[in-house]
Amino acid sequence: MSDETKGLTRRRALECGLWAGAGVLWTVSGGVPRSALLGTAEAAEMGADLTFVQISDSHIGFNKPANPDATATFKSLLDRIAAMNPRPAFMLHTGDVSHLSRASEWDTARSLIEATGIETHFIPGEHDMLVDNGEPFFASFAPQGAKPGGWYSFDQKGVHFVALVNVAQLKPGGEGSLGAAQLAWIENDLKGRSASQPIVVTIHMPLWQVYPQWGWGTEDGAQALTLLKRFGSVTVLNGHIHQLLQKVEGNVAFHTGMSTAFPQPAPGTAPSPGPMKVEPGRLRELLGVSTVSHVAGKKRLAIIDRPLGA
Amino acid sequence: MRRLKFLLLVAAMLLTPLIARAADQTVTIDNFVFTPNSVTVAAGTRVVFINRDDIPHTVVGIGAGNFKSPPLDTDDKFSVTFDKPGTYKYFCSLHPMMTGTIVVR
Repeated sequence: MSDETKGLTRRRALECGLWAGAGVLWTVSGGVPRSALLGTAEAAEMGADLTFVQISDSHIGFNKPANPDATATFKSLLDRIAAMNPRPAFMLHTGDVSHLSRASEWDTARSLIEATGIETHFIPGEHDMLVDNGEPFFASFAPQGAKPGGWYSFDQKGVHFVALVNVAQLKPGGEGSLGAAQLAWIENDLKGRSASQPIVVTIHMPLWQVYPQWGWGTEDGAQALTLLKRFGSVTVLNGHIHQLLQKVEGNVAFHTGMSTAFPQPAPGTAPSPGPMKVEPGRLRELLGVSTVSHVAGKKRLAIIDRPLGA
Repeated sequence: MRRLKFLLLVAAMLLTPLIARAADQTVTIDNFVFTPNSVTVAAGTRVVFINRDDIPHTVVGIGAGNFKSPPLDTDDKFSVTFDKPGTYKYFCSLHPMMTGTIVVR
């Protein structure tokens, strides 16, 4: 383990001492997206042009020992977001809104989110695609202009947001995938944009190869990254793996948000990626610590509240 | 007549095991693995999949074995009866790394 890795690990251990119910606050200042865990003083001090929140993996309906009440933890997270000052411009939900693609689960999530009064952009996780190839999810959560596969883009304060779907029709033995139609759409969507425009990609499964043994990656993600290469600031926000993880590669910063429902083990540290059970009283502490250092070593690991895309 | 009835009864008792359906084959899902991962069964066997994980899984046939379970929550079961000999591969559509095989003879 390098000195750099050790240092990052220690700092991350301090900064990640919040439990999975935390949201991640993103601000864009001078074209550089920055992140900070909600509740930190730094979040309030940022003089931001744009502030938004990433929420992920609410898994409404989950009630197993790792968290018997995923609705309650989701609600407490949303309460904190609703109380933020300044108010975030919007929220991005990076998938797995529901646990079992049940209408009641989506309804619960929707009503809790609507109660915040904050506009929210959604993409599906594979748990939202269990019925009719995700059609019920898209009917309820995809915006008007979304393509038939559920992907879309929008602009906010000069930042271009690209919302992708990599959880449709997963192939046996494979990982997440975008597919040719979506890749062609991405190319077209980015065409003609200034390389200096900040890009934020929102996607459920990691766009890079986090841990192929557990399917934590996107098999054609490299093609999407090639299309993003010319941009000076690219931030990829994903969920799916229920732990904080960051990597910076060239101009691309990858950030995995925590779940609001239950934690999952760091890559390769458990027999399977199933929900991590911890004592309720220790959940907060252990989740923070458990997410620390596994990806460190090979690539530079960015700290969650540090400027990205350097 | 009495003797004939007795013989028929004996015959029925002897034949019963032969005409009964083969015993079910269970495949459990533990820690994101179908277990046994590959299993050989006689034609007509019912295979019962049981999810023992704290996360839902599905059982979806690949190609020829065109079966698809609903989402299986913890302890949910799904069964398929395999009448024709062949090799049936399947996977979990939520966690596509999870695959398994049923060989029917």
